Order: sequence, then structure tokens, then C-alpha cells
Amino acid sequence: MMNKLLLGRFIPGDSLIHRLDPRNKLLLSFYYIGIIFLANNWLTYLVLFFFTLFAVYLSNIKMGFFIRGVRPLIWLILFTVLLQVFFTRGGTTYWSWGPIVLSQFGIVNGIYIFMRFVLIIFMSTLLTLTTPPLSLADAIEAILKPLRVVHFPVYEVALMLSIALRFVPTLMDETEKIMNAQRARGVDFGEGNLFQQMRSVVPLLIPLFVSSFNRAEDLATAMEARGYQGGEGRSKYRILTWQARDTWTVLVFGLLTGVLVWLRA
Amino acid sequence: MTVVTKIIEVEHLNFRYPQTEGRPALSDVNLTIEQGEWVAIIGHNGSGKSTLAKSLDGLLPLTPESGIIRVAGTKLTEASVWDIRSQIGMVFQNPDNQFVGATVEDDVAFGLENIGLPREEMLTRVHAALERVRMTEFADREPARLSGGQKQRVAIAGIIALQPKIIILDESTSMLDPTGRIEVLETVRQLKEQADLTVISITHDIDEAANANRIIILDDGEIKESGTPAEIFQYGERLIELGLDVPYAERLKAALQRQGLVVPQQYLTEEGLVDWLWTLHSKM
Repeated sequence: MMNKLLLGRFIPGDSLIHRLDPRNKLLLSFYYIGIIFLANNWLTYLVLFFFTLFAVYLSNIKMGFFIRGVRPLIWLILFTVLLQVFFTRGGTTYWSWGPIVLSQFGIVNGIYIFMRFVLIIFMSTLLTLTTPPLSLADAIEAILKPLRVVHFPVYEVALMLSIALRFVPTLMDETEKIMNAQRARGVDFGEGNLFQQMRSVVPLLIPLFVSSFNRAEDLATAMEARGYQGGEGRSKYRILTWQARDTWTVLVFGLLTGVLVWLRA
Repeated sequence: MTVVTKIIEVEHLNFRYPQTEGRPALSDVNLTIEQGEWVAIIGHNGSGKSTLAKSLDGLLPLTPESGIIRVAGTKLTEASVWDIRSQIGMVFQNPDNQFVGATVEDDVAFGLENIGLPREEMLTRVHAALERVRMTEFADREPARLSGGQKQRVAIAGIIALQPKIIILDESTSMLDPTGRIEVLETVRQLKEQADLTVISITHDIDEAANANRIIILDDGEIKESGTPAEIFQYGERLIELGLDVPYAERLKAALQRQGLVVPQQYLTEEGLVDWLWTLHSKM
């Protein structure tokens, strides 16, 4: 039950990072990915490393959660790092075999790429760990708002997002119920080879689809009965407030950018 | 003296679901409901109960030939449907499938957002509505952490926040456990007293119907009977023919009568029957 509620891996808390405006957090996370590419020497990477570590420290969340964020991507990271290491030429060459070389630049670049990956993952993990999914949806809505000019249905998309999030635990409960019902009839989940496992999912998906469509119809009727006539003309209950601490964080990021530009080679 | 006003008038209502053959879902339904009444509509599956409820709220594709529905004097048309919906609050069967918001307060606010109410006004109304259904302490909870009865109470809060004149309970208690059922009905009963609401409850549960002012029996899309609970329950055997369960107290009364005891004619709740039984014993 509990792990279902930890949707999007959000960990409740009351730290400075938790209390930041989600719009601010979302935009700054993207901005951070951008400025990481400014780093090109030891010093700049060291600055970014300590900056990220400090942000993690401020969130009051255990390091383990961040390391777990890296794990699913470890093969992609290793592959990219090895490509960098063995195919970059320059500086002292330590070893070579055909097109494959192990050079000074290669090793240094490999380490830089590795750092880049880890820092980006840490920062985006920080975003999802400290921001409830619903607030993230609100932030996305706020950020998409300018698209209304080109008639993009921002309100509808936002409502869709929040309904989707709200129904995740409901559908998970339902999946579990159907799985148990199928198990009682002798279906083995997670047995046999990949093909057999995929086949055992079919009797699960069909009832789930059918019930989702029924739910959608009920929900649409209920929404209509409560006066929903589309996004225009609606007011908002949930509001996001920009506070002094948000302005301060933006200034800190500005400062970081300045430092990076100054220190980079 | 209070003036009795007709809050709902239905004249010659006919309805057939598109793409269905055979008998219509509703045929020539005529019905008048007065303000402040609690009307229970009973009938077995497919009798047209929910269809009737949905048509009152303009949730079905009715044509002008279907008949006339008037809510608080306004005729239901395509132009007036949103106005009429704002006067009727509906609580549906499945507690999960009518929970729109991600948290309790968001869900209560949903209807208010739809009418474009300013946020300050929303805050007070949401708070007041949650207070009245006694769900204030759950304001920031997600639906996954609520019981069925609590979810239905949130649905009711979402409705009373809109200050409607009529509440329609469309089998709202059928998916709840006995505690949840009592919880929900008690809440509606209190709200009805406070705000002079008209309540229409569609139900399978005859104990729920017993608390109404009037019971209407639908069968095959037609109104078969209409009367006070006491009148309706006197039909005894015929109720079973219509596919309904007679309440336990009534069955006991019938059994006692067969044993030669003189039993009271009016409808008794289980508690009322117990009271009658023990006073009977002390008289003997």
C-alpha cells in the first residue's frame, strides 16, 4: 500500500528544497542540465559536484535514494564512458590496438562524461524526490500556459495529467485484484521464458482495459453532472506562490553560472 | 404556513437508449416531487431507476418528443441544462469513479472551479462543506487512503458546496459496507434538515427506502406504485414479485400474523418492532 502512495518516488519532507515553488524547481532543473555543458575542466566539475552535493544535503534525503536513481541507467553510462575512453585521441597514448586507443584525453573525457551523467541524474532525482507529482503537474501547466496563444488545450492537458495521477493507485489496486483472480484460476505470472511471461499479461490487460473504459465513462458522467464544460471559464483552487526563497535560488543559480563561465578553460 | 412548491415535474417521459431494440427504458413516466420531500425510487435491475435519475439531470440525450421535465419551474432544454445541473447534485454508485480531484479538498473544489468561483470564496465553501460532512481532518488526503463511505461523503461535500436544491443519490450506498451506508445516509439526512433539500434516492436497499416520505416503484420503465413506506410495505408478497426484498421487520410481522398475533398496520423499523414486541410481552 505504502509504495503505491510513493508515486513518482516523492518523499514527503519540509526542507528548503521541498518548499520551493515547483515551477522554479522544474525550470531550474532544466537550466542545470544546460549549464553542466559549460563545465570543461577539473575545477568547473568540482564546483558543480559540490553544488549538487550541497543541494542534496539541503533536501534532508538519504544519499542512497540518489544512488538508486543512477542504477537503472548504469549500462547506458558505462557504454557512453567506454566509447569516450577508447575512441578519443590526444595527449599521451598509453595503449592502442587498431582503431582503439587508450589516451590521456580519452580517460579525462570519460571521467567528465561520467560526472555529467551522475550530476544530471542527481539533480533530476532531487526534483522528483522533493516535489509531489501533483505539484509537478501544476508546474507543467503553468509552464505550458503561453502555448494557449497557439490554441494548445493547456487546461485540458493539465486536468488529464492530474486525473491520470489520481487514478494510478486505483488502477494498481484493480490490477492486483485481477491478478489474484487469475492466479486463483491457475495463471502463473513471472514464470517461463520472456514470451510466456508476455502472454500471461494478456488476460490481465484485457479486463483492465475494459474496466478503465467503464471508469472513464462513469467519471465523464460525474464530471458533467458537476458542471464541467471544458477548461475555459474555470477558476483554480490550487495556486502556486513564488516566494523570496525562490528568487534567492534563482540568484544562486545565476551566481553558479557566473562562476562556471569564469573558471572554464 | 409553508407553501408547498413542485420542485420536479415530469410529464409523459419516454426514453429508449440509442442502438437498443425492444422495450424502452422509460415509458410514459409522470411524476411530481415537492420541495423538501425525500422520495425513494425502487425497482430491480433494469427497471429504469438510474435512467430516470440521469434524465432529470439532463445526462441523457433527450429529444423534445421524449416528454417534459421541469426542475424548479424551468423546463429542461439544451439551453437550460447547465442551469438545471447547478440545482441538482448527484452522488453515483461507485465511490472511485466520481472522485475527480487528487485530494479531498481538490475534489470538493472541482464543481466550484467549474462555475468559475473566485478562490477566496472557494476556500470558505470547501471548508464549510467538509465541516458539514465531518471530513475536515481528511482535507489533504488522497482518495486511495479513504474508505468507500468517506469517499461518498466527500462526493456529498462536493455537491453541497455548490448549494443545490436537490440531491439525487443514484445507488450511492450499494457499494458500501453497512457502516459506510449508515454514515452516508445519516449525513444526507442531516443536510436535508439544515438546508431544506429535496432528496431522491435510487436504491435496492429497502431499509433505505423505509426512511423516505414516499416510495415510487419502477418496473419495466413504468411507475407501478407510489405511496408512503407504510402503504407500500403492506403489499408484502407483491413487493417480492416486483423483485424487491421486504425488510426483515416486515417479514417478521407477517410471520407473527400467521401465528395469530395482532400486529400494528403501520411500518415499523427493526428497532420499532423490538419496542413493540417487548411492550406487547409486558401487556400479556
